[in-house]
Amino acid sequence: MPGSIQSIERAAALLKLMARTPGGLGVVDAANALGLAKGTTHGILRTLVGVGFVEQDPAGRYRASATLADLAEAGLDANELRSRAVNWADSLASRTGEAVRIATLTEGGVLVVHHVFRPDDSQQEMEVGDVLPAHACALGKVLLASTGTPRGHLVRYTSRTITQPLALRRALTAVREQGWALDVDEHVPGQASIAAPVRDRGGLVVGAIDVHGAVDDLVDPRLRPRAGLVPAVRHAARAISRDLGAESA
Amino acid sequence: MSRGQATQAPGRDGFVVAIDQGTTSTRCILFDHDGRLVAVTQREHRQHYPRPGWVEHDAAEIWRSVERLVPAAMAQAGAGPDDVVAIGIANQRETTVLWDRRTGEPVGRAVVWQDTRTSDLVDEMAADGGAEKYVERCGLPLATYFSGPRLRWLLDATPGLRWRAERGEVLFGTIESWLVWKLTGGPDGGVHVTDVTNASRTMLMNLQTLDWDPAMLAAMDVPEAVLPEIRSSAEVYGRARTVVPGARIAAALGDQQAALFGQTCFSPGDAKCTYGTGSFLLMNTGREITRSSHGLLTTVAHRIDGEPASYALEGSIAVTGSLIQWLRDNLGLISTAPEVETLARTVEDNGGCYFVPAFSGLFAPHWRSEARGVIVGLTSYITKGHLARAALEATAWQTREVVEAMDADSGLRLASLRVDGGMTSNNLLMQTVADVLDAPVVRPMVSETVSLGAAYAAGLAVGFWSDLDSLRRRWHRAAQWRPAMEPEQRQSEWENWQEAVRRTFGWIRH
Ligand SMILES: Nc1ncnc2c1ncn2[C@@H]1O[C@H](COP(=O)(O)OP(=O)(O)OP(=O)(O)O)[C@@H](O)[C@H]1O
Ligand SMILES: [Mg+2]
Repeated sequence: MPGSIQSIERAAALLKLMARTPGGLGVVDAANALGLAKGTTHGILRTLVGVGFVEQDPAGRYRASATLADLAEAGLDANELRSRAVNWADSLASRTGEAVRIATLTEGGVLVVHHVFRPDDSQQEMEVGDVLPAHACALGKVLLASTGTPRGHLVRYTSRTITQPLALRRALTAVREQGWALDVDEHVPGQASIAAPVRDRGGLVVGAIDVHGAVDDLVDPRLRPRAGLVPAVRHAARAISRDLGAESA
Repeated sequence: MSRGQATQAPGRDGFVVAIDQGTTSTRCILFDHDGRLVAVTQREHRQHYPRPGWVEHDAAEIWRSVERLVPAAMAQAGAGPDDVVAIGIANQRETTVLWDRRTGEPVGRAVVWQDTRTSDLVDEMAADGGAEKYVERCGLPLATYFSGPRLRWLLDATPGLRWRAERGEVLFGTIESWLVWKLTGGPDGGVHVTDVTNASRTMLMNLQTLDWDPAMLAAMDVPEAVLPEIRSSAEVYGRARTVVPGARIAAALGDQQAALFGQTCFSPGDAKCTYGTGSFLLMNTGREITRSSHGLLTTVAHRIDGEPASYALEGSIAVTGSLIQWLRDNLGLISTAPEVETLARTVEDNGGCYFVPAFSGLFAPHWRSEARGVIVGLTSYITKGHLARAALEATAWQTREVVEAMDADSGLRLASLRVDGGMTSNNLLMQTVADVLDAPVVRPMVSETVSLGAAYAAGLAVGFWSDLDSLRRRWHRAAQWRPAMEPEQRQSEWENWQEAVRRTFGWIRH
């Protein structure tokens, strides 16, 4: 195995051992199980504690941490997310009379994983698979609010696009505090969107849901969301989160 | 369409409770007057496979699910018993339950529609020249799929049971009968009824008279005392004595007929395909009984109390979603059903691999009970991604088979396909269905159409909704997939699929 790093291999072996021993292990037991020197084992275990993959209990025994188990869950499968969200996305579209999207963060933007047409039976195109600029839509702002501002240039799409990093940071702080995001004319002129976060077990944001449509339909002349829209979006987001196992979304 | 909550059209208060008792799980969904889903609870029940080809459920476990799910859904919506305007039931069809009238306990396990234990019995009856005689009366081919032979099998196999059945000590029903009887009091005054759509799947009901057919009862050796009374699909059968005491139980339909109703396919020519454990294409044929010459079933679509019945042609596919579950549970290729799409997208195409899941033989349009599943075209190139794709394509090609049969019987070409059910959240699958049919595929705003149909029927029966037109106006397009496959490719893949299907035939030799 060219280029393999011995200490990482040993760390991996320790993690596997730990995962198989829910009650935890002392340093000596762990070292014996893997045929390693006690000092080496201790060093690796301290490092794993440092990154949060291993915990030490009051009795001094080491065990795999909850964070480690969460690693896999963090990447909720996008198809799984859609499958769990369909009913509530439909209900939101029906309730508001607007189109609904669900999105996750991806390389270079926001990936649309589900799309419900505006319920007026007009011709509409499926937007699943489209990638939207995160800083210029409500879905993106909700997702960025939980991960931090993106690096790199903030592209201008309209005169209302937020292109200053500081302004974006402020906007994201507001989104975090109020629990929803709004975009008016920031990506496509004449279009607005309102989004809220979808959370997984443990509260991790795994996606966002929005309603989007014509500016006049979504906001009043002073650019405030029309009555009922924000609660409807947040209600749908909470219902999906509840189905995903989030306790108090 | 109302816009925004604040400007919502003045609606009617209350909710309709729909119970969707399915093959793998039971759901309870509350709908408001606008036909919107306001609460949903769901619970799986155990599948018992005591022998190859046998599939059983515990009807008592299913009843316990209903007892829990309905109050939980009501709590989710903040609804009390007074808010429930009616209860509608949709159920897995053909699954056969026998229970003790006095104790209210099931007699043995329920025998599920996928179960093939009656194959010898069915062959014997066919040897008697039964098939043609029977299809004339009940619209169904002789197959292990239906509940009549299952009932006969149970009465034959269990010592003393026939005797008790003749004396009315033991009752028969499909799942909706069981649930209505339990809800209305069980041993203490329970109402023993079935609806025409469920009865039309027994092989015991005459399609013309919509009553038990004496000749069929004689042929299946079934005593009339064991049978429920056949009622319409939308009327008040009784009031609940438990779970939601006082609520009117106002509809029952087989799940596929409920989905047809939920898709508002009320007019002749309207059709839908529901993608769940199996998949079922149904086309409303109106007041006429239409006979298929291409392997479809004739069945009752619905009957509203006081009106004549509407009939339907049906293409039943036994294994679609259950194949995905098999990939998950038996092969461990995926850990959840939706992940099959992620896995399938790791490859560009099927790599030359075809998967025909004839696990319970093949249903429509082949009706080959001796067929068994095959995976063909395997080479060392094939990965699990290709298998996932082949599994999804199997659902698409089986849809094409039943659509072609429907086109041939009706003399029309399906212009677009209305779809619903759990598998419609799979975009790759829905695109593939559009590709192989060369027709747009359309999903409505409520994909829980089974529940919606049961709710619509119950709501109509109690006057919560006024008429079919008002329901039709509530149908809206939520998604559409357009065909995007080259004609040459469609043709050559179709030929490969048909060749793969031929390789399943004749595997079980009697
Ligand atoms: N994203 C998906 N891709 C492929 N198959 C899926 C997906 N989501 C669900 N399924 C399959 O769909 C089926 C569940 O759908 P649904 O709940 O509509 O089925 P059902 O037949 O109504 O269930 P039941 O048998 O309980 O009535 C399962 O067999 C599952 O494997
Ligand atoms: Mg179902």
